[in-house]
Amino acid sequence: MAYQDKRDAKTSSDPFVGLTPLKNMSGFEIKPFYGPEDLAGLDLDRDIGLPGDFPFVRGVYPTMYRGRQWTIRQLGSLGPPDQANRRIRQLVDMGATGISVCLDMPTIMGRDSDDPLAEGEVGRCGGVAIDTVQDMRDLVAGIDLQKISINFVSNSQSAVILAMFYAVAEERGARRELLSGTLQNDILKEYQAQKSYYFPPGPSLRLTMDTISFSIKNLPRFNPISISGYQLASAGANPVQELAFTLANGFTYVEEGIKAGMDVDDFAPRLSFFFKAHNDFFENVAKFRAARRIWARTLKDKFGAKNPASWRLRVHTQTSGSSLTAQQMENNIIRATIQALSAVMAGTQSLHTNSFNEALSIPTPLSERLALRTQQIIAHESGAAWTADPLGGSYYVETLTHRMEEETQKYFRIIEKLGGVVAGIERGYFQKEIADSAFRYQQEVEKGERVIVGLNRYTEEGETEIELREIDSDFEPHKIAALKEFKARRDQDLLRSKGEELRAVCRTEENVMPTLVSAVQAGMTLGEAVDHMRAVFGAYREQAIF
Amino acid sequence: MGRSNPVNPDELAAGLLKGDRRAVARMITLVEDQDERANEMMKLVFPHTGRSMIIGITGAGGSGKSTLIDHLIGRFRRMDKRVGVVAVDPSSPFSGGALLGDRVRFQSHSLDEGVYIRSMGARGYLGGLARATTDVVRIMEAMGNEVIIIETLGAGQDEIDIIHVAQTCLLVLTPGMGDDIQAMKAGIMEIADVIVLNKFDLDGAGQCLRSLETIIHTGMSEDKGWAPRVVPTIACAAKSSDVHGVDELVQSIMDHQAYLHRSKKIEEVRAERIEQELGLVFKDEVEKVVFAGLKGTGKKRKYIESIRAGKNDPYSVVEEVLSTFLKEEILE
Amino acid sequence: MNPSGKLRILIAKPGLDGHDRGAKVVARALSNAGMEVIYSGLHQTPELIVNTAVDEDVDAIGLSILSGAHMTIFPRVLARLKEKGVEDILVFGGGTIPKKDRQALEAMGVGRIFTPGTDTRAIVDYLKETLG
Repeated sequence: MAYQDKRDAKTSSDPFVGLTPLKNMSGFEIKPFYGPEDLAGLDLDRDIGLPGDFPFVRGVYPTMYRGRQWTIRQLGSLGPPDQANRRIRQLVDMGATGISVCLDMPTIMGRDSDDPLAEGEVGRCGGVAIDTVQDMRDLVAGIDLQKISINFVSNSQSAVILAMFYAVAEERGARRELLSGTLQNDILKEYQAQKSYYFPPGPSLRLTMDTISFSIKNLPRFNPISISGYQLASAGANPVQELAFTLANGFTYVEEGIKAGMDVDDFAPRLSFFFKAHNDFFENVAKFRAARRIWARTLKDKFGAKNPASWRLRVHTQTSGSSLTAQQMENNIIRATIQALSAVMAGTQSLHTNSFNEALSIPTPLSERLALRTQQIIAHESGAAWTADPLGGSYYVETLTHRMEEETQKYFRIIEKLGGVVAGIERGYFQKEIADSAFRYQQEVEKGERVIVGLNRYTEEGETEIELREIDSDFEPHKIAALKEFKARRDQDLLRSKGEELRAVCRTEENVMPTLVSAVQAGMTLGEAVDHMRAVFGAYREQAIF
Repeated sequence: MGRSNPVNPDELAAGLLKGDRRAVARMITLVEDQDERANEMMKLVFPHTGRSMIIGITGAGGSGKSTLIDHLIGRFRRMDKRVGVVAVDPSSPFSGGALLGDRVRFQSHSLDEGVYIRSMGARGYLGGLARATTDVVRIMEAMGNEVIIIETLGAGQDEIDIIHVAQTCLLVLTPGMGDDIQAMKAGIMEIADVIVLNKFDLDGAGQCLRSLETIIHTGMSEDKGWAPRVVPTIACAAKSSDVHGVDELVQSIMDHQAYLHRSKKIEEVRAERIEQELGLVFKDEVEKVVFAGLKGTGKKRKYIESIRAGKNDPYSVVEEVLSTFLKEEILE
Repeated sequence: MNPSGKLRILIAKPGLDGHDRGAKVVARALSNAGMEVIYSGLHQTPELIVNTAVDEDVDAIGLSILSGAHMTIFPRVLARLKEKGVEDILVFGGGTIPKKDRQALEAMGVGRIFTPGTDTRAIVDYLKETLG
């Protein structure tokens, strides 16, 4: 029987039809099995190759985790900077090799803890309240920044966060060339999905380039940008859209860097990525592999990068927050495990596993430890880390990889027709695509076409009582008082002149970073710095797109 | 729950005239819902209307209408005028629901007591919207707003004949609408008193401007007192200093208003509005009365059946109904 | 189609949080179910929300809160509704709100609070039943 007949024959007499959605989240029909015929047309050497070899489909390094394990990067933030500091140190003791620090909502929106709009939101949701350089000092006190890499989940306020980080590092006499760390600093995805932008795209991109060029000059081991697909996916983008839009954003940053006068090989090696690991195990793996191939080829062929480090797409992955259910929360442990395993088999450089109770609150000590242990068990007990790209050569995975790349190229063509990413943002293209995917997904779940265990199938009455973390409500007044005190101690004249300097440099094309560093050293708060910049750059407002 | 509260038409109308926002809001809902008490309230409200400046704004989605309105509200407020805004969005012909997101763009005015904004779904039934909108404009006038702005999707849509209700009609276009403009030649001259060429910073803006000016120039006849003005604008900018053309736009509106008053055309315009409203109310009421009458007797169903069975046709049916009905009800 | 008695619902995102996926999906679902949904956008204060609710004569206000600030925001909105004499407007909501807090809020006068993953049809049914 011919191949096709076998496949079709299997389908029609398959009693388990109910187990398979006809399409995966990217919208691909999944066949009952894959075989050699599906790989016809692929040149194994040219298109797949070996780990560590261009185009890096199988991984960015030849030995992958045998040479160096992925960074176990867990969330080390809590509202009060000193508490966050303690938590960071605890995590390091437990075996984390990297830390992510989230900011609280007011800081994310560029406001200080004493801002009226910040009321009720200071230090919540596992985000640290950073108003001043003192807060930064407290956050990293006693942490060896040469050994422990801190990832600041900071976007619109990145320039200020970087300035504070740099100021503190300088104070400590740390060897700048050894300091590691990451800034998320991806403003394009804010316009597309997360909505925590301040200024219009033009000035925002300028600031991004300023932080990148400052960083490559002064902090050579620092990663000044983590081009993110995670939040696009959280807002509703399906895996192909996540891949396509993230890479398109990445290419836009490369274009901007070149426009800003940097040599592509100077900054491209320091660009990193941040993807989501969602439920579909193999789709995740294919997504990463396709991402690496597209990036490598584009950097080399389109942008003329010659340094192999520029071609390597390095990824931090987080397991999917939006897949967590509030119903039967313990199921989330399994979800995070599957997602984490797929990220490892996809070749991620760094990984964050969610805690199972995050559907309703921030992690508790138990759930936090469990999340960490998940990665350690995968690393030491599962065998998944003992060889690079273990799924390479799989008919299914190679087919999916190829398919994802094809679909991604289609999106690239649309974006180009629109005039590029920024033009697309202004026309609401990404926002509409994402909103449509979100709605479609919701409908699939509601119709039962997409099964979510515990939610639309195998449901239970009542809720499991799960311990949730209490929020310390004393912190906010305490922080506000501390801030007030800090502000009173400042040299007001010096502060005023720094404010003028900052506005002045914003009006020119000079890099704002040196001015920002000296401004925060003089005690300028994050909110004040953002206000000064907003006065020059203006504020951005979006249209409501459904 | 708000709906189930008993409604006293006199109280509502009195509240409205005193400026009670909730009374205004409730009245508008009753009018939209075609509540049977609406007419009584409109009678009480009507005498207090007819003196406001009414501006209509139409244009394709994405042309920047809402942002322009946001600026206009600000300017009129600076002139110390109270402003009412009716923002109309399409309703789904299937579900009847609507997503009304225009007022997101007017955020900065949501706390201003001198501004009243109402979002309306087109609700798409015969005569329905146009009637409700005209009533809502009257309500906003009675409330004390010196300026009323009506925003709709625009030329080509038959939700509302905005040109019969508004005194000064703005049509918002953007560069890149190229061919559409050519197709709209006649429409432009008919509809727009002021054409706003928004997003003037886009490619092709200059050319678009010239095309428009040519269309107007060739379309102008001797006796037409007002030549549509084209005003280039950049409404959406991060900093207010980068916004362009709004002052010129306001000036054009005021100039057109001045023209209307000076030439006494305002009386024509007012008459046209009344004629429009009269027609809508008339059609609505007659339809209601006749169909209500028919329904009660089961005659409507019988007529539909006989047409379906090929024994009759709609024209004969209506003729029959009207002649019987009018004879019975009106001609005693 | 009977044009009278359409439900008007205001969907708002109070506070600083910008995650609007849930709010938008619910807004769309409600409008598909025949309701008129006024979407107020991001960064709303309780004052703005209530003002809008009054002017638009809505039957209910739906708040989407994922920032953890729900115990501050819901009471504020309820208080403001009381101040304006419009307590008959139903307040409901959604977000990452644990059971204990949900119960506390419901005791304060908030209607149902829906957790992540709630079927939008449940929200539609709830509104149709409660608002009649």
